[in-house]
Amino acid sequence: MTAERPAPPEQSVVLALEAVDVWLSGRRILDSVSFELGTGEFVGLIGSNGAGKTTLLRVILGLQRPTSGRVLLGDEARSRGNRSIGYVPQKALLDPDVPLRARDLVGLGIDGDRFGMPRRSAKRAGAIEEMLHAVGAQHYADARVGELSGGEQQRVLIAHALISRPRLLLLDEPLANLDIRSGQEIIELLERIAKEQAVTVLLSAHEINPLLPVMNRIVYLAAGRVASGTTDEVVRPEVLSKLYGHHVDVLRVHGRILVVSGPGSGDEETLSASPALVVG
Amino acid sequence: MHQLYTAVFEPGFFSSEPVRVALGVGAMVAIVSALVGVFTVIRGQSFGGHALTDVATAGGSGALLVGMSPLSGFVLGGVLGAGAMEMIGVRRARGRDLATGIVLGAATGVAALFLYLDTTSGATTGATQQILFGSIFVIDGSTVHYVEGFGSLALVLLGFIYRPLLLSSINTDIARARGISVRLVGTLYMLVLALSVGLSSLAIGTILSTALLIGPAAAALRLTKRMGWTLAVAASIGVGATWIGVLLAYDSYYWGSSGNGWPVSFFIVGLVFLAYLASGLPVVRAVTGRRMPSDLNVPVVER
Ligand SMILES: Nc1ncnc2c1ncn2[C@@H]1O[C@H](COP(=O)(O)OP(=O)(O)OP(=O)(O)O)[C@@H](O)[C@H]1O
Ligand SMILES: [Mg+2]
Repeated sequence: MTAERPAPPEQSVVLALEAVDVWLSGRRILDSVSFELGTGEFVGLIGSNGAGKTTLLRVILGLQRPTSGRVLLGDEARSRGNRSIGYVPQKALLDPDVPLRARDLVGLGIDGDRFGMPRRSAKRAGAIEEMLHAVGAQHYADARVGELSGGEQQRVLIAHALISRPRLLLLDEPLANLDIRSGQEIIELLERIAKEQAVTVLLSAHEINPLLPVMNRIVYLAAGRVASGTTDEVVRPEVLSKLYGHHVDVLRVHGRILVVSGPGSGDEETLSASPALVVG
Repeated sequence: MHQLYTAVFEPGFFSSEPVRVALGVGAMVAIVSALVGVFTVIRGQSFGGHALTDVATAGGSGALLVGMSPLSGFVLGGVLGAGAMEMIGVRRARGRDLATGIVLGAATGVAALFLYLDTTSGATTGATQQILFGSIFVIDGSTVHYVEGFGSLALVLLGFIYRPLLLSSINTDIARARGISVRLVGTLYMLVLALSVGLSSLAIGTILSTALLIGPAAAALRLTKRMGWTLAVAASIGVGATWIGVLLAYDSYYWGSSGNGWPVSFFIVGLVFLAYLASGLPVVRAVTGRRMPSDLNVPVVER
């Protein structure tokens, strides 16, 4: 079985969803979603295209109002827009024509929501520099953000999201446009940050495998329903078959997990692994 | 030396009251337009800015019709137009284009009627010239105060929304997640844009005011990579073009034998255009340290 990382000690609840339903254009996108996340956990939000990952993250951020159910941050009900949540959206391509250096964008993470002109200070510049180092972006700190590569922009956006010291960091498919190595680097970076800064990381992806070594918890999303727990608790044929509403097999090969639609469901698609791996 | 001096500054340039007013008003207008223009370009709202000039045309010509000052008409028209666009408007870029187009179409029709009525009524026959091509040399004392007032208001508002506006121009989802009301910031920005268009309509006319809004900003964006410098360079280009334009227009009275000068708006817009062309020259870019044009292979970015 897969090696599981022990859950961090002294857990307190950072985020709790209670029976969240979301209906959009007469369709049920999220179906009675409930789970809790603790301090410093590294959580994978796994689901295939259209499963509802982005919608779920938007609900947590307060950008999408749930049709029913509650979202609790710490002990408080979530208010719209919140400095205690950092967010890196899916496909956040930055315009190359915007005259902002990487360090300027990180600076906007400190006070971009305030009115009035920015005030420079040595303390502010120091905090920005430190954050740029923490994500390994110091080499292109003075380049225009829009001219950086996708992976470089990703790091700058992570720094932007983290500099206000949120308790929860949401990333929507941060690995989507990265090659395997850059993806690995981002995962290691996030794992280190989750530990050092006691930030809970919730990261969406359609591929489980790159996250297996770092995940404390998985939130598995299929057809708007969620199963949450450790990988071993969730990624099992019984649990996933119930989630998908038809039979699903879970294959473990060379330390990798393949989730495959079983016979009788009509299509033999893989649900969370690249098809080539199954055929080959 | 003295000869060169008198060749550049024709006699009476510095002692002329209209010239002094033109330089002062021109500087204020150019600075507001350039700073607002930087955000207009970043947000991809040049079309919206242009549509507001058509609304300003309707407002200005309508104001003349009822005996009010054109400036009040420009500003009122611009603000109402901006409000209308916001109301029809809309989250997606396509919807915004649509709202802009609808307002533009309606405003142009009204402007055509008002300008016709202006020119056919005895007191305001010069209206077309004044509204479309500006009146920077014939601005009276009280109008100067309004220019200062509206200009300062625009600058203060822009300074107030600066950071949230920047963040929502980069990515609306990131801005919303930070608790910024993207809609409110966008509406305030449209108000600032309307003030700016009103001022530049007064100075160089509604037809040409888009050039003063977009030109200096576009040139500055090619030359700089941080916001502070972009704003400073844009303002300098705008003020430079306006002042040199005023000078050339003054001098042009002495060029031919006819005693008729050339329109100042022509010079200002021409200089802005030259500045934009110059900003693409490799020499200029090398001096300012910007890498080769990012505009040669701009990836398509979803707004
Ligand atoms: N505003 C909307 N109105 C109607 N349906 C919507 C809306 N937004 C999303 N949906 C639907 O909700 C479902 C979930 O969308 P969502 O974007 O959350 O999926 P996702 O898991 O993020 O997918 P991907 O991996 O492709 O990003 C999709 O079927 C989508 O069509
Ligand atoms: Mg998504």
